[in-house]
Amino acid sequence: MGINDVVLLGDEAIALGALHSGLGAAYGYPGTPSTEILEYLIGLYEKGSGPRASWCANEKTAYEEALGASFAGLRALVTMKHVGLNVAADPFVNSALVAIKGGLVLAVADDPGMHSSQDEQDSRFYAEFAMIPCLEPANQREAYEMTREAFDLSERFQVPVMIRITTRLAHSRAGVGVRGARAGNPLGKSTDKAAWTLLPGNARRRYDRLCAIQAELQAWSAASPWNVAEASSRAADFAVITGGLGRNYFEENLGDLGVSGPPSRLHIATYPLPIEKIRRLAAANKRILVIEEGAPFIEKALRGILPSGVEVNGKLDGKLPRTGELNPDNVRAALGLVPRPSARIEVPPLPSRPPQLCQGCPHADSYAAVAKAVEGLPSTLITADIGCYALGALPPFNVPEALVCMGASISMAVGAAEAGYENVVAFIGDSTFLHSGLTPLVDAVSRGAPITIVILDNSITAMTGGQPALLPSGRLEEIARGVGVDVAHVLTIDATRAATDANVAVFKREIAHRGVSVVIARRECLEAIKAKKKKGSAAVEAAKEACE
Amino acid sequence: MTHDIVLAGVGGQGVLSIAAIIARAAMAEGLAVRQSEVHGMAQRGGAVSAHLRISDAPIRGDLIPSGGADLILSMEPVESLRYVSFLKPDGVIVTAAEPFVNIADYPDLGPIIKAIEGLARSRVVAAAELARKAGSIRAVNMVIVGAASAFIPIAPDRMERSIAELFGAKEASVVEVNLRAFAAGRASAAAGRAAGAE
Repeated sequence: MGINDVVLLGDEAIALGALHSGLGAAYGYPGTPSTEILEYLIGLYEKGSGPRASWCANEKTAYEEALGASFAGLRALVTMKHVGLNVAADPFVNSALVAIKGGLVLAVADDPGMHSSQDEQDSRFYAEFAMIPCLEPANQREAYEMTREAFDLSERFQVPVMIRITTRLAHSRAGVGVRGARAGNPLGKSTDKAAWTLLPGNARRRYDRLCAIQAELQAWSAASPWNVAEASSRAADFAVITGGLGRNYFEENLGDLGVSGPPSRLHIATYPLPIEKIRRLAAANKRILVIEEGAPFIEKALRGILPSGVEVNGKLDGKLPRTGELNPDNVRAALGLVPRPSARIEVPPLPSRPPQLCQGCPHADSYAAVAKAVEGLPSTLITADIGCYALGALPPFNVPEALVCMGASISMAVGAAEAGYENVVAFIGDSTFLHSGLTPLVDAVSRGAPITIVILDNSITAMTGGQPALLPSGRLEEIARGVGVDVAHVLTIDATRAATDANVAVFKREIAHRGVSVVIARRECLEAIKAKKKKGSAAVEAAKEACE
Repeated sequence: MTHDIVLAGVGGQGVLSIAAIIARAAMAEGLAVRQSEVHGMAQRGGAVSAHLRISDAPIRGDLIPSGGADLILSMEPVESLRYVSFLKPDGVIVTAAEPFVNIADYPDLGPIIKAIEGLARSRVVAAAELARKAGSIRAVNMVIVGAASAFIPIAPDRMERSIAELFGAKEASVVEVNLRAFAAGRASAAAGRAAGAE
């Protein structure tokens, strides 16, 4: 390792790259595998050694706050997971039309294989949709360097720029050589009012401008040194295009390609696609295998609709699996190599060990109480939401029947109740409620939908590592009453096993109520208590040291 | 030289902290390191694995290929067998002997241990017992690191320094307990199967 090397997660490399770009502000919403980007910056901010970095209510507010900072002249970073970009899609797509002042970089982490997600959508489609540049690092060093370049690009082309990474890079550590930091921008808002007020007349001019700069973006991508072409002396029968982590798995197998030698190849790391480089490769080869992490984005562009003289292999013809992650083994098979031999021992059948709620988790007690309360009731329907408590859909609880996206527990419950189901319960966590539960609660109250909303209040965002709740515990009751839930039907219970009988009675009564009920099941997350203890003892140690 | 290690266990058992100690020692030796971790939902009491790659040449990817691992290092027996396809034909399993039972269908331990011992150099280490003897059941992870150190091409004193640095902020007795646990694990693995397994 070099003397300037720092060991960083891929996520942290993005954070440090942003910091060294003269970052002025960073916002985000926690979501695996993106969380550690902002955690790193919040750690610095709280110590007073970094710019503002804050968790936000959701990805949309985070994006808009970053956009506000950019409008005010500062360089801004906004972070989220892939599905979070769906929530932030409105400001994201529209921000491509304004005249970005301080560089605005969106770091989005996709989760192919769905390690901790409900889908495996590929954010490169969003970059193309919004017509903005995207950089895709394949290792930690590139994550650092590309983030720095992304800020330059954003200010040069006056558009937001996306950094797209995937799980294995986000959560893998390596040494990264870092360079000096540059100063931030001075405060100073954009004076181009017409570019920032997207009334139809202005927006039309801005959209013309966005279309007009596409040729410049193409020229940048075509010339980018991140897209590395390597010609081979091998016969022109076969070439490889890699994208993202596909390159690493290809190189892992390179040594075994034998007498025929390595094929010609092109690694693609910038979008819009570097068209000329692709054409040159295709002109010299009869067959191209596309190895890209995520959806067949490059592959689709290569195939088009009309027949071509070049055979394209990849995820669409089954050479590589259409779903899940790439790995050294499926890439190896696509290259026509036999599997490496592995240890041969007789392994007895192993039980699966899926994730589960922690022993003593408050959510377990809430699920148990509701399950008991609905026992024997006709016409029941139970929804839940995104977070640790999603694990209540697995044995031994098996309580929720539907779980789709942030906030949908409440809105789906409203729809199902209005469709005719009588005993409808929606489970939602405190953080998810603030993220996307408030607006469907307004719908429910406005129409008096007969549903019981259970807010599981453990005062942190547990699944992503325990980010503190944005609002103090206790504010939820006021919110429910404030939007108009009948005071008699805003209740708080202790989410403990000891209180089960009392809680069952509360749930029975509220489920029978023909209007909106909000039951706040409160008990602190065990992980939060542990973390506090650790922090407490660390503080004691620090105090001791200071005294010595 | 390259050395690929699959670390296995159950979410919450400290798989990542073990990877961190070995990675730290490897970097102190001037080696390149990649450490791939699992965050998020799987950490909640489910099966977890991490890939640790050590090399004196640049490392291409974050994941170890099937048939590529030199060592499977596991916090408990069943999890040690989940990733056998990653192991080289002459690879080694080092696992703690104590089962972690948080599922209803946890199998009989006999056939599990027998399968592990089907690999000539594998080690089943009475990690909890050795940790207790070293002074704290919390040092069980250091016993495992110690046992693994017998198979990892990093000088043991470098590993010890890495442990001392990690616990350096705590009382001297904490460092001592962990170093004793490390030594006990290493001795157990070096002594061979008879001393390690029950």
